[in-house]
Amino acid sequence: MLDAKERRKLKDKARELREKIVEVTFTCGGAHIGGAFSQHEILVALYYKAMRIDPKRPAWEDRDRFILSKGHGGVGHAVILGDLGYYDPVLLKDFNKTGSPFGMHLDRLKVPGVDFSTGSLGHGLALGLGAAMGARQTGKDWRTYVVMSDGECAEGSVWEAAMAAANFKATNLMAFVDRNRLSLDGPTESLMRLDPLDKKFEAFGWRTLVIDGHDLDQILDAVEISRAETERPVMVIANTIKGKGVDFMEEKTAWHYGGLDEAMRDAALASILKS
Amino acid sequence: MAKAQGLTWTIDDADHMTQAEIYGEVLTQIGLKNKRVVALTADLARSTKIGKFEEKIPERFYNVGIAEANMIAVAAGMTEAGLIPVVSTFATFASMRAAEFVRTDMCYQKRNVKIIATHSGTSFGQAGTTHHCTEDLAIMRSFAGMTVIAPADAFETARAVAAAIDFDGPVYIRIGRGFEPPMHKSMDFDFEIGKAIKLRDGRDLTIIATGVAVLQAMEAAERAAGNGVSVRVLDMHTVKPLDEDAVREALMDTRRIITVEDHSVIGGLGDAVADVIARSGKGCAFKKLGYQDCFAMVGYYEDLQHHYGIDADGIIDAIALVLKAEFEADEDWEDEI
Repeated sequence: MLDAKERRKLKDKARELREKIVEVTFTCGGAHIGGAFSQHEILVALYYKAMRIDPKRPAWEDRDRFILSKGHGGVGHAVILGDLGYYDPVLLKDFNKTGSPFGMHLDRLKVPGVDFSTGSLGHGLALGLGAAMGARQTGKDWRTYVVMSDGECAEGSVWEAAMAAANFKATNLMAFVDRNRLSLDGPTESLMRLDPLDKKFEAFGWRTLVIDGHDLDQILDAVEISRAETERPVMVIANTIKGKGVDFMEEKTAWHYGGLDEAMRDAALASILKS
Repeated sequence: MAKAQGLTWTIDDADHMTQAEIYGEVLTQIGLKNKRVVALTADLARSTKIGKFEEKIPERFYNVGIAEANMIAVAAGMTEAGLIPVVSTFATFASMRAAEFVRTDMCYQKRNVKIIATHSGTSFGQAGTTHHCTEDLAIMRSFAGMTVIAPADAFETARAVAAAIDFDGPVYIRIGRGFEPPMHKSMDFDFEIGKAIKLRDGRDLTIIATGVAVLQAMEAAERAAGNGVSVRVLDMHTVKPLDEDAVREALMDTRRIITVEDHSVIGGLGDAVADVIARSGKGCAFKKLGYQDCFAMVGYYEDLQHHYGIDADGIIDAIALVLKAEFEADEDWEDEI
């Protein structure tokens, strides 16, 4: 549990970062803003509280690893890394521009702080499992955190990795599903049914927790549970709201990807301020 | 017999070890010395012989079950801890089932993973097209940053595996089912990734071969010599990066080139060589031997190699055709009569 002061600080940080995501989306012409907002509290809790990292040493051997398996959330990830000081956030003015190090899906070889290049769905959980197994093989205590999208769970490779992670008892691996229930073509449950998603991961051998994915305390409590687990990797089904924080984007499939004109930007910022 | 660089073990230590058994043995040798090496397979430890590693070093061996895509991503993830994962499965699964994982997780992310793909070409002849793999060279060479090696025999496989571990970056090594006859007499020869081995010099024509086809090329060259035809043979074990200098030299010296591979004629060694020839602007009589845009039938490996014209007989026929072929000579080729 966070104390009241810490909670306030993290919430303010989350709000400030949402505003920055709006600004980048405005300048870059378009971004996956809906998913960046649904995953947002999970990334904030991990990067500003839970993970062992040092922005001054992005290649520090003993740092915790983070994989944004839903790589299209890169705009949110990039804003956080810039804010933490992995690079000058001013560089984000070039997001999506020709020749920029920042594309929609972040490249680990171009963006400091990015441990794995993602964008193709269904890779992150297996990459995270490999990292976790590598840490264990080399006797290191760093942990690996993976954030997936819910739509991504239609990929068969997610389940190959899910099966293997439980088989290898990768308790140094923790994964989240950003369960916003909307993918590109509409509601996940009418496209390709995922429910009961928690039962599915449970059946594959994971300890599965279902939480409110915008509640920082619940996210950090889940991290504590994962750290204490000795038998099973922990999967968190984080119930979230696509477009969270901006009233006209919330629960709207259309805001999977979109651009903002000046009026929309101002409206978005006003909505974030109220939330 | 002299030992290859860094190896304490030689072919003489075992009787008639196959290509696959040798890589298992060499990899185990390397693994015993280099603790960063880990081995992975997808339920093919016995078939691919990577199981030898498991016998000696079980704590660094992972069998991920029948899930090749997962295996590649897990291996890529392991490099984050400084490990050098070596994965082994059949070529058809490594290059096609797991293709996007190889491309995105190994190559794009520059992960130091080595793939040893067995049962390539039609070496698993009787298993049919699902288990043949005549596309992997084309697929793997198209991935930016991938090094692609097809050793000629067990000795060369041993050298290739050792070189791949020393090399920093993704490598794809394709070998056969493991019953291939030896081409070299020992492991004692110069082997360098990206450098062709000139096994035989010649004036009239050059055969550029890779993998098991190298032995067939040597047999054909021997027979051609009996008929007064002087044939150069290049063992092009590294298909990417291609030894372009060796190709250009063959082009300038002989102006007649045949490529041979246990692979489709589309996208493999033949096309890689054709590209160098085309860019040179020089006239050349040229023929590609391999599977001519078809799936091979079921059969014994040697029967298939004969049927599809990639054995010594097929190469001899191709030599006759290429020697007859006419092309426009240019001033650079003084030997042209």
